[in-house]
Amino acid sequence: MSHYEAPIREPLVLGDKSYHDITEDIAKPIEGVANKNWYIAFYISLAATLWGFGCIFYTIGTGIGVWGLNKNIGWAWDITNFVWWVGIGHAGTLISAVLLLFRQKWRMAINRSAEAMTIFAVFQAGLFPLIHMGRPWNGYWVLPMPNQFGSLWVNFNSPLLWDVFAISTYLSVSLVFWWTGLLPDFAMIRDRAVKPFQKKIYALLSFGWSGRAKDWQRFEEVSLVLAGLATPLVLSVHTIVSMDFATSINPGWHSTIFPPYFVAGAIFSGFAMVQTLLGIMRKVTNLEDYITRMHIEYMNIVIILTGGIVAVAYATEFFIAWYTGSPYENYTYLSVGAATGPYAWAFWSLIIFNIITPQLLWIKKFRRSFIITFIISIAINIGMWFERFDIIAIVLSKGHLPSTWWRFEPTFVDVGIFVGTIGFFFVLFLLYARTFPVIAQAEVKTILKSSGEFYKKRREQGIPTKPAINVANVAGTTDKSNKE
Amino acid sequence: MYQFSGKLKTFSLALILVGLVGIGYGFYSAPKTVEEAKEVIAQQASHGDSHATSHEEVSVDGHKEESHGENHASVDADHSDAHAEHVLHQLKNKPWSAIYVALFFFLGTTLLVLAFYAIQRVAQAGWSILLFRVMEAITANLVPTSIVMVIIVASAVMHWNHMFPWMAEGVFDPTSPNYDPIVDGKSWWINVPGWAIRSIAYLAIWNAYRWFIRKNSIKEDTANDGGKTYKLSYNASVGFIFLFMITETMMSWDWIMGLDPHWFSTLFGWYVLSSLLVSALTVIALVTIYLRSKGALPGVNDSHIHDLAKYMFGFSIFWTYLWFSQFMLIWYADIPEETTYFAMRFNEYNFPFLAMVVMNFVFPVLLLLNSDFKSVPWFIVIGGVAILFGHYIDIFVMVMPGTVGAQWAFGIPEISAILFFLGVFIYATFSSFAKAGSVPIGNPFLEESKHYHYYNIEHRGEGSGDHH
Repeated sequence: MSHYEAPIREPLVLGDKSYHDITEDIAKPIEGVANKNWYIAFYISLAATLWGFGCIFYTIGTGIGVWGLNKNIGWAWDITNFVWWVGIGHAGTLISAVLLLFRQKWRMAINRSAEAMTIFAVFQAGLFPLIHMGRPWNGYWVLPMPNQFGSLWVNFNSPLLWDVFAISTYLSVSLVFWWTGLLPDFAMIRDRAVKPFQKKIYALLSFGWSGRAKDWQRFEEVSLVLAGLATPLVLSVHTIVSMDFATSINPGWHSTIFPPYFVAGAIFSGFAMVQTLLGIMRKVTNLEDYITRMHIEYMNIVIILTGGIVAVAYATEFFIAWYTGSPYENYTYLSVGAATGPYAWAFWSLIIFNIITPQLLWIKKFRRSFIITFIISIAINIGMWFERFDIIAIVLSKGHLPSTWWRFEPTFVDVGIFVGTIGFFFVLFLLYARTFPVIAQAEVKTILKSSGEFYKKRREQGIPTKPAINVANVAGTTDKSNKE
Repeated sequence: MYQFSGKLKTFSLALILVGLVGIGYGFYSAPKTVEEAKEVIAQQASHGDSHATSHEEVSVDGHKEESHGENHASVDADHSDAHAEHVLHQLKNKPWSAIYVALFFFLGTTLLVLAFYAIQRVAQAGWSILLFRVMEAITANLVPTSIVMVIIVASAVMHWNHMFPWMAEGVFDPTSPNYDPIVDGKSWWINVPGWAIRSIAYLAIWNAYRWFIRKNSIKEDTANDGGKTYKLSYNASVGFIFLFMITETMMSWDWIMGLDPHWFSTLFGWYVLSSLLVSALTVIALVTIYLRSKGALPGVNDSHIHDLAKYMFGFSIFWTYLWFSQFMLIWYADIPEETTYFAMRFNEYNFPFLAMVVMNFVFPVLLLLNSDFKSVPWFIVIGGVAILFGHYIDIFVMVMPGTVGAQWAFGIPEISAILFFLGVFIYATFSSFAKAGSVPIGNPFLEESKHYHYYNIEHRGEGSGDHH
């Protein structure tokens, strides 16, 4: 990779940092003790989690009828939340894999947390396919295992089965990718640890990483191969999720644009969630020199782009629904019927939160503002929840037969489980932020000298950033320039 | 500065000339009357050609044929006349379609080079600056292809051909035997003035950006105005990408999906986009390799080639992803009004339809997966030629079933059209490249591009002088 960097590029690491400073800054939250705010946040999240699990056990114990579903709308909050959580997870892989393939150095400060977010979000998503089953204890029947029913097999034609493979593969690969990247960082914590127990734990987690040249060489190649595999994976996972709907014959669901459009929406919502989390995290962990205004701006640009793609897809859906000439397409989630029907509030929430609000980010002042970014990111999270809710509930509420038209009202159990997953997500994320290196220090150290503010300034002023060594004097050979 | 060699100029002009002669032959040999069409049908029958019969089967369950104005319920005697007239329309469409496929392929590919160039600017890419002049030169082809497109638009509007079935007489007239209520229901979008105005608007927007950015890019070389010109180019490119996303989608509805006006697919716009994007990246790679071999691209090293090949590889897979998504979802749900589209292609275009998947997916994936191969010019040329042919076939299979149906062939008119546009492309590209310095010396990221070295690439190719 080139060591030259154009002067007009903004620095990625602010302040006069040395390698040691980076280590110190990143190790600090792990080596210190949690403050009161952390405990407050943690207990609130834990309470929500417990409440959510209570609702889950109540559902399984009593029956799925405690939810607001009815015989026409068999999917509503359960699958909405599932798709929402899977979508959020996608930004993590996008940041760590796609941005790696595109050699975006700014990803280095955010990839660790984005991947953590992926994994915790996929945990939440993974709950829903299980708990929305009528007989979850038979859930293992989805696996093609030899059995005593004459080797009764699964049918590989169902996208719900593809979901099983997609989500489980996605979780496994993301986990491996994340953990591989963590090895040098865990080793760093291990080497700094003073308490024997802590040292033991991090020694276990870091798999004996010693950072030899050969290890680094393999490490880089593995990262690249995994990024190359994770990119088609991330596209295919949300594609398969979209096919839960698109393979059906329901007007509004049966649409060929769903695969790429769901993926774009996933990146859109995932980045919004990264903004929400990092907006807080950079502040409370004092990592403002690493997660800078510029990182926030770049993520906002990705949000504008993917939001634009999603908007084009909405327009296409709206247009083609009309263009088909099919009267049934008149009550799809993006149609005139939906805009004026009983779910108009859901339709317009989608338009306002997903299309209109993010357009504010075209203004440079807004996309570099932490507070406005935070507000817009929350709006997008809400908007993208509505997108999935609209696709699922509005379409199901008015099917082909007028005698099947019905409405959906969630019960407290529907809401409780959703709140529970949000709580569970934050429990995991809060624990992560206290025990894991939240920034990949090994990666950030590779860009310090090319993209650090201190070094960039010195280069601009023409001051050498390393001492000139006269090679001739050292090795006794002919003089070579030591310049880059 | 690069010199457009007399040899290459003569070659491109020869291609244009041969292409024109072949195109003229295509029009000359197309049947003019129903009687001639009947002869063709009789000939096909005596050859034991399955086209005529299988065509009947398709038109029974595939109601797209109705848009051509046939009434299949009519009595047999009428039917044979109606059939002959239908075949006559298809045969008359053949030379037009041959031009249209090649035109759309070259116009679209050039457009996507322009879009990729705009993306490189907006993304502030550091590696591709040395290729900017190559991309700019290729986009010079946008002007002549746009002019031909305007002629094609005019020809369709003037009813010189029957390519767009919804333009046939009486389609919107409830009293006419040709009345098509489905198309009439879409007349708010599908109507001649709207279509023509939109078509011209797309071309105008694209050409305006191309004209502006080329001018500004040359100005950048000597501007020295503290990045003002650069910033202007950046903003223009953002604006273009915004408009491009919208116009490209609409263009694919108007120019391609409109050929089968009963059929629809929401993914279609992006599917066309992916096909043209792969072609565009391949064209950039091939022209770069050619110019580098002539010593016209100082500083372009194997890492630059490697990056282009990675894009070709990645977007070949992306194309396949969209192709499969569209196909599989329609196959899976099997809703008759959508399935006819693929039924027609499977029955009448079986070989090209499946061959293109091999050429556009299997071949590039196997060839370009290996990292070392991605910087070997002849590997990329082989892979690139397969990709370009594959995507030509892709366009062919998008266009032909709606215009010529079972009467398709790949013969003199089709080859001549390709040769003609290839000649235009070569002439436009290389004469444009000769008009400006081959290095955009005013670009703030130029030094990054000159120093660009992908970490595991061993530089062996020529012209990779100064990467140390």
